[in-house]
Amino acid sequence: MMSKKILNLSFLILTLTGINAAAVETALGPKLGRAASAEEIARWEISVMPDGKGLPEGKGTVAEGESVYMSKCLSCHGPKGEGASADQLAFAQMELTDDWPEKTIGSYWPYATTLFDFNRRSMPMQAPGSLTDEETYAVTAYLLYLNGIISENEVMDADSLAKVRMPNRFGFIDVYEQEKTAK
Amino acid sequence: MSDKDASEINDSAYVAGNGLLDRRLLLKSGLSFAVAGISSTASSASADSASDARPEWMQKPGDAFSNYGKPSSYEEEVVRYPAANSQVDGNGSSWTPLHAMEGMITPNGLHFERHHNGVPQIDPAEHQLLLHGMLDQPSFFTIDDLLRYPMRSQICFLECGGNSNAGFNKRPIGASVGYFHGLASCAEWTGVPLSVVLDEVGVDKKASWLIAEGADAFAMNISIPMEKARDDAILALYQNGERLRPENGYPLRLILPGWEGVMNVKWLRRLTATDGPVMARNETARYTELLPSGKANMFSTVIEAKSLITSPSSGMHMGEPGLYQISGLAWSGRGKVSRVEVSADGGKSWADAALDEPVLSKSFTRFRLPWQWKGTESVLKSRVTDESGYRQPERQELIRKKGRHGFFHYNAIVSWLVASDGEVTHTYDEQKNTESKLPDLDADWD
Ligand code: HEC
Repeated sequence: MMSKKILNLSFLILTLTGINAAAVETALGPKLGRAASAEEIARWEISVMPDGKGLPEGKGTVAEGESVYMSKCLSCHGPKGEGASADQLAFAQMELTDDWPEKTIGSYWPYATTLFDFNRRSMPMQAPGSLTDEETYAVTAYLLYLNGIISENEVMDADSLAKVRMPNRFGFIDVYEQEKTAK
Repeated sequence: MSDKDASEINDSAYVAGNGLLDRRLLLKSGLSFAVAGISSTASSASADSASDARPEWMQKPGDAFSNYGKPSSYEEEVVRYPAANSQVDGNGSSWTPLHAMEGMITPNGLHFERHHNGVPQIDPAEHQLLLHGMLDQPSFFTIDDLLRYPMRSQICFLECGGNSNAGFNKRPIGASVGYFHGLASCAEWTGVPLSVVLDEVGVDKKASWLIAEGADAFAMNISIPMEKARDDAILALYQNGERLRPENGYPLRLILPGWEGVMNVKWLRRLTATDGPVMARNETARYTELLPSGKANMFSTVIEAKSLITSPSSGMHMGEPGLYQISGLAWSGRGKVSRVEVSADGGKSWADAALDEPVLSKSFTRFRLPWQWKGTESVLKSRVTDESGYRQPERQELIRKKGRHGFFHYNAIVSWLVASDGEVTHTYDEQKNTESKLPDLDADWD
């Protein structure tokens, strides 16, 4: 049932005088937000920051990751991440300056944390969010291994993954920052 | 036939080469356009239908009322064009048929779509927006809550960063203009200024970014500079007067006027205040532009100015030689369109087009110009200058600067070749403009 909301007439458009004596216009809201508890936020939180903040407990090996990959990723990304109906994930043959550059995890991605964040939130496509943290560490380790970034025996966890340095870490120009400083 | 032929138009009305006429002629009565007009198929309507003084639909009552109107059944071909991944049918995009549309507003059913893993069907009663991170009061807002907040409306375009990227192709793509440039649409968005909600939850002064997350299967996330969030971002609930369409973010989406489509997060469920970007997959691996140096631009948030002629355009056929109206769209993420110029001789001479009012900041702007087509081969182009002074580049200029592998943010001038038989196709300067001193950038591309 739809109930017609009564328009709250207490909105005020206030003109406040800012610190610099500049007039700042701000609309006043009715303050309807419900306080979110730390426990609720923890349940929603899935972001992983480039410094590793947000990485969960748990760990995974390259070998475990290979078996996750074979059962849950192979169908779309092909054997050893060489690409099929979905993106190629490893084995870039061409450099970024070549005529046909190949942008893969190893050749292009600046942060390993992004790979964990993305695999956990978005993959596999037909059952997103279904990977456990352990499976996510493992398949992330396997993809990093295929790209020659970690060795076969390395274990990925919150500590080691945050320390992985990607080959193209400094391959990007922050256009937004550049424009801001130019102003 | 046109009732004014070329000989009746005063010489002084020709303002640029190959038949371009003064835009002010559009305002004067007595200028009539070629009757045969432009069609998207070769055949035109037969003459005998005009002899029926009382057509069949005037001889019986019409249909009854409807709850929700639909386009005429004769407009069935005016549809979006979807292109999706072979294994994941909700991964891809659908294109707005710009070639079959007029004015500046995109009807909701034709607004372009870009989804990463399908369109979620969200029950608004169960949807919540969580604001947390570097702020005083982490809070949940329901849709009913947000509907009680003060709102504002803005007409603005949305454009996918990947729009028009077939322009990087070696050969000109043959698609209709909408199925090449139609990952861009324009609508009136209404909702709560994000700054109002940010003020309520008390964002920490050191928080310089907001990480936005959608409630789709992809849980799409991306980083938004706090400055933009405070400036003109909208928590949009309405699109062209009705609640958002599911494919455009129902029940709640972020609108960042003038900024790249992917940042306007649909099905918005979470905003996290942070002191740096999350470096999401869609702001690192994708939606970044690889340059010839091997470095790539990231956080190229603003959509640069673009214009294109929608009529006549690729796939259309001219009727008889005579007077035509050139019509097109221009827009810029940096503000208002200040000028659109049109050329009918491949860029040798240009004439200012008339701009339809209202000309709004970060919105589609419709431009028009009368053209006396002599029935000879012609190359039509348009170029926009925005209020920041930025002018849309020629294709060769863009490729020289950005290379061929940027994939995103292609905004070069578009050229249409009108053949002497009236067929209109997409062309590149390298093929037609033999006077060009620029190297043929496509030569070594096989
Ligand atoms: C049903 C097909 C499918 C399956 C199964 C699948 N993916 Fe994907 N994956 C895709 C598609 C499609 C994309 C591209 C998404 C987009 O760009 O919108 C993608 C993108 C990716 C990317 C980003 C690639 C890039 O360069 O940006 C990674 C990493 C990835 N998948 C990892 C995985 C992993 C790990 C698994 C298994 C746990 C998996 N995928 C399973 C279809 C699939």
